Formats: sequence, C-alpha cells, structure tokens
Amino acid sequence: MIYFVILSIFVGIEVIGGVPTVLHTPLMSGANAIHGVVIVGAIFVMLNTSPDDYISLTLGFFAVLLGTLNVVGGFVVTDRMLEMFKKK
Amino acid sequence: MQHHILSAIYIIASVLFIVGLKMMGNPKSARKGNLISAAGMTAAIAGTIFLHEGEISSIIYILIFLAILIGTVIGWLTAKRVQMTKIPELVSMFNGMGGACAALISLIEFHHLFPLHPAEGIYTEVSSVSTGTLVCIISGLVIGSVSFAGSIIAFLKLNGTLEKPVRLPRYNYINLVILAFVVGVSIQLFFTGHVAVIYTLLTLALLYGVLLVLPIGGADMPVVISLLNSFTGVAAAFGGFLYDNHVMLTGGILVGSAGTLLTIVMCKAMNRPIMQVIFGAFGTHASASAATAKGNVKDISVADTAALMNYSRKVTIIPGYGLAVAQAQHAIHELQTILEDHGVEVKYAIHPVAGRMPGHMNVLLAEANVDYDKLSEMDDINPEFPNTDVVFVVGANDVVNPAAKTDPSSPIYGMPILEAENARNIIINKRSMNAGYAGIDNLLFYNPKTSMLFGDAKSVITKLVTELKQM
Repeated sequence: MIYFVILSIFVGIEVIGGVPTVLHTPLMSGANAIHGVVIVGAIFVMLNTSPDDYISLTLGFFAVLLGTLNVVGGFVVTDRMLEMFKKK
Repeated sequence: MQHHILSAIYIIASVLFIVGLKMMGNPKSARKGNLISAAGMTAAIAGTIFLHEGEISSIIYILIFLAILIGTVIGWLTAKRVQMTKIPELVSMFNGMGGACAALISLIEFHHLFPLHPAEGIYTEVSSVSTGTLVCIISGLVIGSVSFAGSIIAFLKLNGTLEKPVRLPRYNYINLVILAFVVGVSIQLFFTGHVAVIYTLLTLALLYGVLLVLPIGGADMPVVISLLNSFTGVAAAFGGFLYDNHVMLTGGILVGSAGTLLTIVMCKAMNRPIMQVIFGAFGTHASASAATAKGNVKDISVADTAALMNYSRKVTIIPGYGLAVAQAQHAIHELQTILEDHGVEVKYAIHPVAGRMPGHMNVLLAEANVDYDKLSEMDDINPEFPNTDVVFVVGANDVVNPAAKTDPSSPIYGMPILEAENARNIIINKRSMNAGYAGIDNLLFYNPKTSMLFGDAKSVITKLVTELKQM
C-alpha cells in the first residue's frame, strides 16, 4: 500500500512537471474532476448501507450527488476550455 | 469472479487517469486527455455499481441513480453555461463538492461503526475498531470539511460577495487554537465512539476551513484554490485507504501531488512563499511606501491613441482581468486584426498569473479566437520591450508594477513582472485610478512615458477600432 502511495506521488509530480503556463487553468480544473473519484467511495458506502438506516442513506444520497457534480461539472468545463484552444 | 473484474477495471481506470493527465500537459493532446480521464471515471463508477457482490435492495439503487442523475444535470448545465471569466469560481465550487463528498463518507462510516440506536447489548466498543480505520475516517472528515468550507469561502470571495479580506485580530493564534481543538477532539474519538464527538469535530473542521481562507485575498486566491484542490485529493485518497480501493487511492494521490506541485509553481511565479500566502495577506501594510512616490498623471484621448498606434511599428498588448470583466476579449481581437491590416506588428504579453489563475488569460483570449502563436510568455517578451513603440495595458495592474523590482517594502517585491516601463510609449486603459487586485498603487501610472486612457475597456477599444478604420 505504501509502495502504491509513493509511486502515485511520483507519477503525479512527473506528469505535471514542465507543463506550460497556458495549460495551468485547464489542468487544475481537470485534476479537480479526477479527485471526484471520491464518488466511488460514496457509491460503495451506499451499497453497504442497510435500507432502513435513514440517516446514512440521506447522507449517502447527498455524497453521491455532490460527487457527481464534482465529476461531471469538472470534466465538462475542462472540455469547454480546451475546445477553445483547438480553434485556430 | 466479479471482484476480480472490478479490480481490473480499477487498474484500467487508474492508468487512464495517468495517461489523461499526462496528455493534458500538451496543448495538442489536452482535450483528448481530458476525455480519456473522463472515460476512466465512467468505467470506475459503472464498475462500482454493477459489479457489486451481494443482495442490494432496489431502493438503494434508485437513490444512487437519482443522485447521479440530479448531479449530472446540475453539473452539466452549470459547466456549460458559466462565463469563462467565472472559471476560478466554478473550479473552487466543484472542489468544495468533492471535499463535502469525502467528509460525508466519513460520517456515514462512523454511523456504521457506531450505530445511533444499537441493538440491545451490542454496543460497539471503540477498542474493537481498528486504529487504521479510525485514522482514515477522521482524516477524510477533517480534510474534506476544511476543503469544503474553504472552497465555499473562496467561491464567495472570487464572486465578490465577500469583498474585503476579513482579518480578525491575532487570527493566526485563533486558527492555531482551533487546530489544537481539532487534534484534541480527534484523539478523543479513539476513546469514545459518541456521535456528539464526531459532529463536534465536523463543526470545528468547517470553522477552521472558513477562518483559514477568510483573511486571504487579492492575487493569492488562485494559490489557495490550488491548495484546496490538492486537499480534496488527499481526502479522496484516505477514502481509498479506508476501503482498500486502488482507484480512489491513485486518483486522490495523483491530484494531491499534482496539486501541490501546481501550488508551488504558482507561488514561484509570484515570488510568494506559501507560508506568507496562508499567514499574511496582500494590501494590508502597503499604502505607506507607495503614497510618497506619486507624481502627475497624463491623460490621452482615444483619437491620439489610435494615431499613435497606427504609426507604430510594434504594439504589444498586456491584457489583465479588467479586460475579461469588461468582456472585451472580442474587441481586442478586432483591434489586433485592424492594426495588423495597417502593417503594425501586434503581440500579446501574458504574465503567468494574469487573470484570476495561472493560464486563465490564455483561456479568455482563446475564447475570442486570438491566435495561439500571438501570445508571448513573460520571459520571451521582456527583452523585446525596449524595441516596442507602444505598450497597451488593458485592465492589468500588478503584473506591470515596477515596485516589484524597485521597492523592497512593497508586498509584491520580488514578483517577476512584465517590464512595460521599457517601452517607448505606455498607454494604460483603466476605469479609474483605483488600485489593482493586490490593493497597491502602481508607479508605472506616474511614469513620464505613460498616458492614461480612462474608460470601460470594451467601449474604449471599440472606439479605437472605429478611429483606426477611418485612417
């Protein structure tokens, strides 16, 4: 597990290093969408909640909703930004 | 069997994230890279839902799909409709949602471990819960909440709702005390699994997030957004630890480390140590030094500006956030085209932190179809200013302020700037003499070579274009 973490840290640094300033905003926004992967945890926790645990279900519902906002909104807005860079 | 397929999907998704992020580092492949990451995300989400083992009641599936549906519609519409000038606000808002998601997961896990109404005689003992699980729950909750509360404050600040940096007296000490409480209450959770304790922790963490971002203002905001972005990444990674879920772990850590690196790059571009960004703010002790150096300000008319530009060989435009707010991107592109038709060489000089985020100005100009090759980065254009006839500064302040080089008492001292003062003529378009985003006066305005062209960027540039058409 630790091995995994350290490897990911280096991959993250390697991937971002040397990126031109032009792309910093889309990159930040794209990275923002990727941490929306937390929604996988939200779905997982919902699947493991018993149907009569209303508090957890309500919290889980909002967790999935907010996670989706993060993911969908993040990718769509990044795409919009990058689409404009393509036009020449 | 399904378990193994899901593991494989998670590995593929992780690889897609890495490949996608790598491709986003190059303008040519960036868009494809973003779509590849999105594909990875879709696979991870679909796999989690459909490959889950065990009996699940249909109400839970309905709730999950309903939440995804609502989130998709709202997220999609907001992202499609937002103005490009509002990107930093939006990134901050979406980041806050991710943080909140991480915090909610921790809360639910806590409820699962310590049920509110435990069945007779089966109270969960704290000692029976593994330390690792508890550490992950606490970390996810605290980091996620700080990220959420901080992002919302950042959103409100960028939005203009919270305009002035709010500074409580001795706020650094107050924050330290709250942080100490956060640690204290977290430790208490190792002894008692009481609901009141975790909700106290939640409240404290939210309060800490608010107070952390509240005093920060001006040009430091993008650094804060980037920092909070990496916080949410780390919060997601703790979720990965909690469930031994590799896609959450890679996704979270990837963003955590990439975000940290971006934060450092940004701080370097502004020559601001990260500690100073968090524990000190722009514009609070700057007025004293700048006030002494004031001189005379010279006005220039639109007609004279047009004539000056028309008979120049080389004009460099320095766009700032003021241009974007006035929605003058398209007008400036028109100005560039007409000047080029008249045989003038036109370039744009882009400061690394022009706009509200690094690279934000490039996005705004790209929206107006300004050719990519016309944009010059700071280090390339600075040596060219002595040969430039006219520098046209539109809505930019701090990125051309010579105080960064000459005045050691200035808060922006040491920040690399666009050396506009070396050009033969400097024309500055501003609405008034008010100080810029960082709240400090600009010596360039009093330079004998400088003329001020007052007015709203859009109407001024449109008038310039009309004048030029008649020449």
